Amino acid sequence: MSEEIRTGVYTCHCGSNIAATVDVKAVAEYAAKLPNVVVSRDYKYMCSDPGQDLIKQDIREHKLNRIVVASCSPHLHEHTFRTALAKGGLNEFLFQMVNIREQDSWVHLDKPAATVKAMDLVRAAVCRVALHKPLTKGSVPIRADVLVVGGGIAGIHAALTLANAGKKVYLVEREPTIGGHMAKFDKTFPTLDCAACILTPKMSSVRAHPNITLWSYSEVTQVDGYVGNFKVTVTRKPRYIMEDLCVGCLECIEACVYKEGKFVDEFNMGLSKRKPIYIPFPQAIPQVPVIDPETCIDFKTGKCKKSCVDACGERHAINLKMKETTEIIDVGTIILSTGFQVFDAHRSPEYGYGVYPNVYTALEIERLVNASGPTSGEVVLRDGKRPKSVAIIHCVGSRDEKNNRWCSRVCCMYSLKLAHLLKEHTDAEIFNFYIDIRTPGKGFEEFYQKLRNEGVHFIRGKVAEVTDWAFDPSEEGKLVIRVEDTLLGFARRIPVDMVVLATGLEPHADAQEVRRRFNLTCSSEGFFLERHPKLAPVSTFTDGVFLAGACQSPKDIPDTVAQAGAAAAEALALIDAGHVEIEPNTAFVLEEDCSGCRTCIPMCPFSAITFSEETKLASINQALCKGCGTCVASCPSGSIVQNLYDDEEIFAEIEGVLSNA
Amino acid sequence: MATKLNFSERTIKFQREADPEWARQVSEHPGCEGLFSCLQCGSCTGTCPLSIYMDYGPRRIIGLAREGFRKEVLNSQTIWLCASCYSCAVHCPQQIHITDVMYNFKREAIRSHLYPKRFAIPVLAQEFYNVVRRNGRTSEFLVVLRMALRTNPLILFTMWRTGLDLLRTGRLKLMSEKLKHVPFLPKEDA
Amino acid sequence: MPQDYSYFPGCSLQSTGVAYDESVRALFALLDLKLHELPEWNCCGATSYMSIDEGSAFVLSARNLSLAAQAKHRDLVTPCSACYLVLKKTQDYVEHYPAIANKVQQGLQAEGLPPLNGVQVRHPLEILYNDVGLDRIKHASVRPWRGAPIACYYGCQLVRPYCDSDQQQNPTHMEEVLKAAGIPTVDFALKTKCCGGSLTGTIPAVGQRLNYLILKEAIRKGAGAIVTVCPLCQYNLDAYQADIRKSTGEAIDIPVLYFSQVLGWAMGADAKALGLQRSIAGKQTIKQWFAASEREEKAHV
Repeated sequence: MSEEIRTGVYTCHCGSNIAATVDVKAVAEYAAKLPNVVVSRDYKYMCSDPGQDLIKQDIREHKLNRIVVASCSPHLHEHTFRTALAKGGLNEFLFQMVNIREQDSWVHLDKPAATVKAMDLVRAAVCRVALHKPLTKGSVPIRADVLVVGGGIAGIHAALTLANAGKKVYLVEREPTIGGHMAKFDKTFPTLDCAACILTPKMSSVRAHPNITLWSYSEVTQVDGYVGNFKVTVTRKPRYIMEDLCVGCLECIEACVYKEGKFVDEFNMGLSKRKPIYIPFPQAIPQVPVIDPETCIDFKTGKCKKSCVDACGERHAINLKMKETTEIIDVGTIILSTGFQVFDAHRSPEYGYGVYPNVYTALEIERLVNASGPTSGEVVLRDGKRPKSVAIIHCVGSRDEKNNRWCSRVCCMYSLKLAHLLKEHTDAEIFNFYIDIRTPGKGFEEFYQKLRNEGVHFIRGKVAEVTDWAFDPSEEGKLVIRVEDTLLGFARRIPVDMVVLATGLEPHADAQEVRRRFNLTCSSEGFFLERHPKLAPVSTFTDGVFLAGACQSPKDIPDTVAQAGAAAAEALALIDAGHVEIEPNTAFVLEEDCSGCRTCIPMCPFSAITFSEETKLASINQALCKGCGTCVASCPSGSIVQNLYDDEEIFAEIEGVLSNA
Repeated sequence: MATKLNFSERTIKFQREADPEWARQVSEHPGCEGLFSCLQCGSCTGTCPLSIYMDYGPRRIIGLAREGFRKEVLNSQTIWLCASCYSCAVHCPQQIHITDVMYNFKREAIRSHLYPKRFAIPVLAQEFYNVVRRNGRTSEFLVVLRMALRTNPLILFTMWRTGLDLLRTGRLKLMSEKLKHVPFLPKEDA
Repeated sequence: MPQDYSYFPGCSLQSTGVAYDESVRALFALLDLKLHELPEWNCCGATSYMSIDEGSAFVLSARNLSLAAQAKHRDLVTPCSACYLVLKKTQDYVEHYPAIANKVQQGLQAEGLPPLNGVQVRHPLEILYNDVGLDRIKHASVRPWRGAPIACYYGCQLVRPYCDSDQQQNPTHMEEVLKAAGIPTVDFALKTKCCGGSLTGTIPAVGQRLNYLILKEAIRKGAGAIVTVCPLCQYNLDAYQADIRKSTGEAIDIPVLYFSQVLGWAMGADAKALGLQRSIAGKQTIKQWFAASEREEKAHV
């Protein structure tokens, strides 16, 4: 190498963040004496404009061809300094950043030792950067079509936003209808507008929109490819009714040999019965019935007179021989809006769910107060009587180390809403039992105040147990709440007719499977993890895959819709850019050395390596490679090399960091 | 009924009366680790069958302890009324081993002589300990007899019927068995 | 399935709970399960002891576990709920706290005793449920039940805080085992509530109040008897009914038996071998249910 290496080293004070623990001047003076270093400076804030100008100026004046900045984490400012290099006329990869803040000043107390550590790290960078080569960023085109997974309010909103922007959207929903949990709600807090009234028009728009392909009763079963070029397999379960032929007259349901519903109606949380051929609720989209083969006589015995088929007549929309089908689509970006599942109240046995019939979950009450619910909005107990007193127990399956440790965020407000609705429907005495009331949203605290003025009881204490133990005749035949009223400072027994459990939100049972399918990460509680909790809340660690709604963490409808809009905007930003830049820190195969042993192929977590049967060589897709280095380490013949991390560079860095020892 | 007014007791607490260092020490003892994670939700006091007889109840004991109110905790009758049924511990949403925390306070109260004299519960615990210390096994008859003698011998008169019933059914063992050799037994009475 | 078990009766089973010891031995013999009593076992280190000196309570308790480790049979059966809890707690603390483990280890070593590895603390109810199984119980139960339905009372320390096989908040093994033996049961919400423990001795008014509530609720739910798994529960619910009648003026007189007594009876053991004559409350009912039908059977033969 004939080129003369001329390195500039810049040590940042970061105000007092670094300078308080590291003697920055000493580091700069030390760096000035290292081999190849032509300029060494320290500066209060290297990331500021004057800080960056220093670099640009020195490149010109001192003919620098390598730059080292010792400051914060590359996560924060690597991009800043690379841009400064480019503006100064230098290839942006002839640069090395040293983290003397997160990995030094913030984690040490001993100033002299921290200063020595900073010197060691700077020396390592100076040694390594001399070997850097100029590199160029790659670029891949982005397909304009988008896949939205999950048709609750998040998926609906994201799909409509994208479709209105002129993009083609595939919306895939697992259930027979879109609408998600919101379709089951009666009213929404704190405005008390009817959930169906605001949701169903959006559902109809999805159905009618020329840019949206809706696949309900379908699931994504495989995802291949990478940002801009995903290949997605969708499995469509047979609903035994042809969507393109069905006109939604529902005469088949009327004609079913079961004159009355006989099986658990999932949409009404089991509070009513449905037939084997059914539509989940009147405004379901698509407006197409589904046949449940588990309960349909024809599927079970083959001996049904098939009155549904007769009723359908000339339309021939019913096909009992329908099979599962698959669709394969190409999309550029994916929005995951798979939602949540409700905590199973059986897991908190102290509250007697499933033991005492008049213990309900909140979602059951949503159906019970709903005018199109199982009782047409009449709030009655299982024996048909109207409750005169109701207990609402907060935090069931939330804030509890025995099951789910997180706050489910919506239960306080939906409990207040249900308290109001139950009061309105029954005029019962309503008791709320809470640990903390959390009402930080717009109009939420005002709603809480309204409820207090309505005479709803608020008792601070986690209910210990719900039993049918009657202490005296006043408790006979009632459900008895035992709780410490922690504000009044004594235990109380409160007999009630109805108990409502404010069950929390948790990740879907199959969230881990979905995570693997879309190559995502999950936080410890199992919700999908965003790329950055503050600055990239809808992005994921897989480029081109975005999150919306409660699959990321529990959230209410306004937040869900806002996030869905943001996810759609992120997808649009990628699409409109037309292509994505990719880091050149990718691995590549030295073909002359590759023996074709295929050791690397299963090691790659991103499925970026393929084997060519013709050449008998491995090759790495540069768009898929994330630069993790696993294949480099696994290759027995050393024939895989990674940009910015080749052996020479790494050894130089190691020698550099150790040469003072 | 007229309530007697009493203005001699103030309920304010001054920070100088608190001992946060003691709270930290408590939280380092085996079984007491969860002390500071308490939500003060009250599920412990709510489920405790004896809280209705207690001066503070388990929730407030945990609250007092983590704020360092040592004297209040160790002088309380709450810690002695704990019958060790573990209901609080299995209900606690923070999985604090409340029963073990209570044991810890009982031991410290005895070590520091901070429990009410002639209070039957700690005396029973001590006599149980003393009998086991001597014999290697306990004898219900001996323990109750010694407890009664130290606290309120008159209580024996209320026990005659039960005693007689037990004697009649062959369930009262007057002689206590003494093991030949049991190592590790402490040398002194509690 | 092991047929041989080490046996730790505990102090109560030698005095107030002697019927428990008798009936567990009789029941296990009927099922061909052998109990080998640990030689020279000592106090488990129970509740009261734990209130004074935790360190030596753990060593004391560990000695019993160590004796079991030394014995041929490492499944250590103890019918007393308090002993069961303390032995399990010792294992738990030894596992989780190195300081306690060291103290215990040093103590055992000095006495030439082995470490407590590999010992399983078992309760007879759990053995019946898991090792014997409901099927075998059904087949072994030869006597039809003549009595009223029974309320199963678990109390605290068998299910809390260490509960390996049953559900902690709503245990059902006792009901299932009794049902398998053809004995009807009633459900009642107080089945895991505290019996008051030693409070019946120290603060009788409080202890007896807890006993009263449990007895009353079981009766309200239609139970003709209560069965327990713990000598202290049985004693508390059984021995103070006369006092409770006096203080409440209510005519409470209900037999409180061990689950091993009713099961042993169903499997054909005679009343005396099960210690049924040792009950204090509900004597008339016991006579009606057991002694009378025993006479009947004899006449029949």
